[in-house]
Amino acid sequence: MHAFSYHKPSTLGDALSLVAKQSEGKILAGGQSLVQAMKLRLASPTDLIDLSGIKDLAGIKVEGSSVTIGAMTRHADVENNADVKKMIPALARLAGGIGDRQVRHMGTIGGSVANSDPAACYPAAVLGLGATIVTNKRKIAADDFFKGLFETALETGELITAVTFPTVKRAGYIKFKNPASRFALVGVFVAETSGGVRVAVTGAASCVFRATAIEKALTAKFDPDAVPADTIKADTLNADLHGSAEYRAHLITVMAKRAVTQAVGK
Amino acid sequence: MSIKVSMTVNGKPVSAQVEERTLLVTLIREELRLTGTHVGCDTAQCGACTVHMNGKAVKSCSMVAMQAEGANIVTIEGIAAADGTLHPMQAAFKENHGLQCGFCTPGMVMNAIDLAKGNPNLTETEIREGLEGNLCRCTGYHNIVKSIAAGAKAMAK
Ligand SMILES: Cc1cc2nc3c(=O)[nH]c(=O)nc-3n(C[C@H](O)[C@H](O)[C@H](O)COP(=O)(O)OP(=O)(O)OC[C@H]3O[C@@H](n4cnc5c(N)ncnc54)[C@H](O)[C@@H]3O)c2cc1C
Ligand code: FES
Ligand code: FES
Repeated sequence: MHAFSYHKPSTLGDALSLVAKQSEGKILAGGQSLVQAMKLRLASPTDLIDLSGIKDLAGIKVEGSSVTIGAMTRHADVENNADVKKMIPALARLAGGIGDRQVRHMGTIGGSVANSDPAACYPAAVLGLGATIVTNKRKIAADDFFKGLFETALETGELITAVTFPTVKRAGYIKFKNPASRFALVGVFVAETSGGVRVAVTGAASCVFRATAIEKALTAKFDPDAVPADTIKADTLNADLHGSAEYRAHLITVMAKRAVTQAVGK
Repeated sequence: MSIKVSMTVNGKPVSAQVEERTLLVTLIREELRLTGTHVGCDTAQCGACTVHMNGKAVKSCSMVAMQAEGANIVTIEGIAAADGTLHPMQAAFKENHGLQCGFCTPGMVMNAIDLAKGNPNLTETEIREGLEGNLCRCTGYHNIVKSIAAGAKAMAK
């Protein structure tokens, strides 16, 4: 790991001025992705700005029919939160399936969403539920947020403060786990929302995306058997030593069926 | 560059002047000389480096020491009684042949203690899922699962 300077601001204002000053610096949330990337020298920030001292950034709030989760809320706290379990059970289950318990004690929703790892779980829930990413500057709709491989709509110096999830009629998330890393080889999040059916796919391409053909079929009938086969062309998908693009295309159909089965509680 | 880091380790306040890039596990092993915490993979996969931070199991190879500033850290050296009596979870591993070479054991025991807290009747599925982040290359896990089930019951006594 290359040398860096460490900062631990206690207010969002201090964090933002540090971020503005240190152009080659990086935000540190749980460190579960960043510290490993730094050890491999895939990232070599000059400064780390640790957000864990900012109390307002962690916590879960219910407002009307939406749930707002602070950026520094750990995966384990989402997994075990009574409101999330009651209002969006699929989200609590998704958080409880990330990595392992040690990772869930440290990793945060803000870090996961900002990272936009192609195989990460939270992006599927954010896009599948049509959540809103709240930053220090603005609110970004999930549909406009994930831009590509480790790429998001966040600008330089912009920081996620929270993610707001609407409650939905029903939802489900199933991933086919990479047996070594527990990341999603393919994960599918389905939700019946007030604005229609949404289906988000992670693990299969450079970043999470919506499977519109499956959405259309599920709008007609929200049932596992309604999921059409092979609607996603393999040539748009990832291929690696864990699975070919054709295999991933097939998995999307299978995971989507299982996610609907979970959502309808069969 | 260096920075002062302070925390409580196994009940004792400690502080050290370290480079910012020092990992928590490096501080524990090389500065504090508590070598019971192991490094198996150094890539967040194996869990041999598991310690408790404020009561929760975390992988000490996957965080810089400064992330534990002010925290209460417990390592495998800190769980037996002062007179050397093994912690019930350690005793359960011994009784149930939950270890062979012992390399993974400190991480297994630390994760198991956290998992078993308030859960005396862990099911096999709960234990196996709870061990997602810990790898063992010797035992085949069966006796580890047995040990944790017994340890969890013993902890509640
Ligand atoms: C063994 C292992 C297994 C895992 N398995 C899974 C899995 O199954 N599914 C899954 O989804 N994830 C998995 N992860 C990843 C895990 O969820 C990470 O915790 C997460 O991706 C990053 O969160 P973090 O809080 O650790 O962020 P960090 O690693 O601290 O930061 C990640 C990136 O986000 C930036 N960042 C952090 N917070 C903010 C913010 N508020 N605003 C703007 N930028 C920010 C950082 O600068 C950095 O670039 C796994 C990780 C490990 C080590
Ligand atoms: S050494 Fe930390 S997880 Fe393997
Ligand atoms: S006992 Fe040898 S690695 Fe687990």
